[in-house]
Order: sequence, then structure tokens, then C-alpha cells
Amino acid sequence: MNPNKYKDWCKLGFRPSPTNELNQNLLNLLQIMENFTPFSAISGGILIGLSASLLLLFNGRIAGISGIMGGLIHASREELFWRIAFLLGIVIGAFLFDQINPGLYQARENFPVWLLGLGGFLVGFGTRMGNGCTSGHAVCGIARFSIRSIAATITFMLSGFLTVFVIRHVMGVTL
Amino acid sequence: MKLILVALVSGILFGFGLTLSQMTNPVKVINFLDIAGNWDPSLIFVMAGALAVTTLCFNKILKRPTPLFDKAFYMSSKSVIDFPLLMGSAIFGIGWGISGYCPGPSVAGLGLGSKESVVMLISLFLGFFAHRLVKR
Repeated sequence: MNPNKYKDWCKLGFRPSPTNELNQNLLNLLQIMENFTPFSAISGGILIGLSASLLLLFNGRIAGISGIMGGLIHASREELFWRIAFLLGIVIGAFLFDQINPGLYQARENFPVWLLGLGGFLVGFGTRMGNGCTSGHAVCGIARFSIRSIAATITFMLSGFLTVFVIRHVMGVTL
Repeated sequence: MKLILVALVSGILFGFGLTLSQMTNPVKVINFLDIAGNWDPSLIFVMAGALAVTTLCFNKILKRPTPLFDKAFYMSSKSVIDFPLLMGSAIFGIGWGISGYCPGPSVAGLGLGSKESVVMLISLFLGFFAHRLVKR
């Protein structure tokens, strides 16, 4: 833990001591608060929601990234250009944010490339087989009360929880 | 041309929102999936923010006969929960938990100069092609 944060909490009247179990729980809670960023999360989410609504209102399309990307492979000419424009927009949007807030995004270091490749392959295969990903099912599908999207979202969330549980807590690997 | 312009603006909003909410950070995503560890609930708030807007807007929009710039709404009309849906989603969840990336952040990472997102995009497309082969 950051020693300065510890001092701040002591000033506020908290005196967490790692030796006491109850206080250890308090420390864990405070540690969670340190990672948790609810305001930027909600604001970012609202922008994503606006983006999806805009695409549906004007173009009649679902802002599902895996569907838009997967469609690149066999798209007609007309279909191809809006898909490329949308994906290019995502890159530009991320770039703009990074220019306005330099240093906020930090790349992960030393993650094994083969593992990343394996993960990416499963994400690609799975999202095509399941007809959607976080954006298409969780953000757009649930909004129109599609039972397929609700089932898909519950499934990939549970599967994700289980996968991380096995990697971090059964195999004991933290990358 | 109109369709392309809307798609571009919509994409920019999407990429900006994704980066603002830090969902482009794979460590943050994996910390969300790690409920038994140092849990970071931020992703729930991203989904809640997005769903608050889409739930409100989609139901108004879909009452229209057509979208503004096209002849019809393009979306899945399937309503049966079948094996490919659940199996595919389960496979996606495994890949998501391993890598910390879903498709959106894999694209957005390019704008952040992330080398990981290049690996992700290549392997995503390999996964797309593999699925096409298997489906035949």
C-alpha cells in the first residue's frame, strides 16, 4: 500500500493495523476504493450508450464491435465503408482522449504474447459463434430486452469470472 | 456518404468513452473479473451508464418505422437461446478472462499506441476465420 495514503487515513481517524483481522478487512476495502473509478466509468458508459443510440437512430445498425469487425470479411462494398469508418472512429476517439489526458493510459508490460494470442483467438471465435460481444449483447441487446443477449451476457460474465478465478486463485498466476 | 459520416462520429464517441472509462486497460478488466481478489467494480458502472442511455433511446428509436438514413433496422430477429449462443459466449468469456480484452478495446488500443492491441486484432481475425471454416 501507498504509505502516504496510510498517513492520510490515520489523519482521518482510521488507524488500520495489518495485524488485526478486522482492520485487515478495512485495509482491503480501502484498497478496493483505490482501484475503483465510478465517475469516469459512468461518464464513459454514457458516451458509449450515446454512440450506440446514434448509430441505431441514423443508420439502423447495432453497435456491436465483433459483428462490425466480423462483417469486414464478407461485406459488400456499401457495407464495408461504414464499418471501416466506425472502427477508424474508435481509434480516433481513443487517440483524442489520450492526447487530452496524456499519461493516464499505461500499457501493460511483459504479458506473454502467446497467451494474449490465445485469448484473442478465443475472443474472436467465441464472439462469432455466440453472435456478439460486450457491446452487441450487453450494451445493445439488453437495451431491447433480447433474451438471447441477456443469456449471452450472463454466460460470458460467468465464464470470465471462472477463468480469472482459475488463473489467479487455483493456478496462482498473476500476470 | 451520410452513413459513413454518422458511423465515424459514433465510432469516435465510442472510442473516447471506452478510453475515459479505462476499459482499454486490460488489468482493470481482469480486476473486474477477479471477484475473489482485489475486485474493481468499475465495469459494472460502465455498463450501467451505457444501458441507462441505450434502454431509454433504443425503445424510442425502434418505434420509428425506419432509421433516419436507411430503409430498415438491421438486427438479429432470433429469439431462441441455442447451443452456439451459449457455447460461443462461454468461449468468449475464457478469452476475455485470459487477455483482459474484448473486441472494442482491442480496436481502441491502436489509438493509444498499444502493441498488445495489434496482437489482439490479428488473433481476433484468426478466430473469425477459424469460426467460418468450422461453420461450413
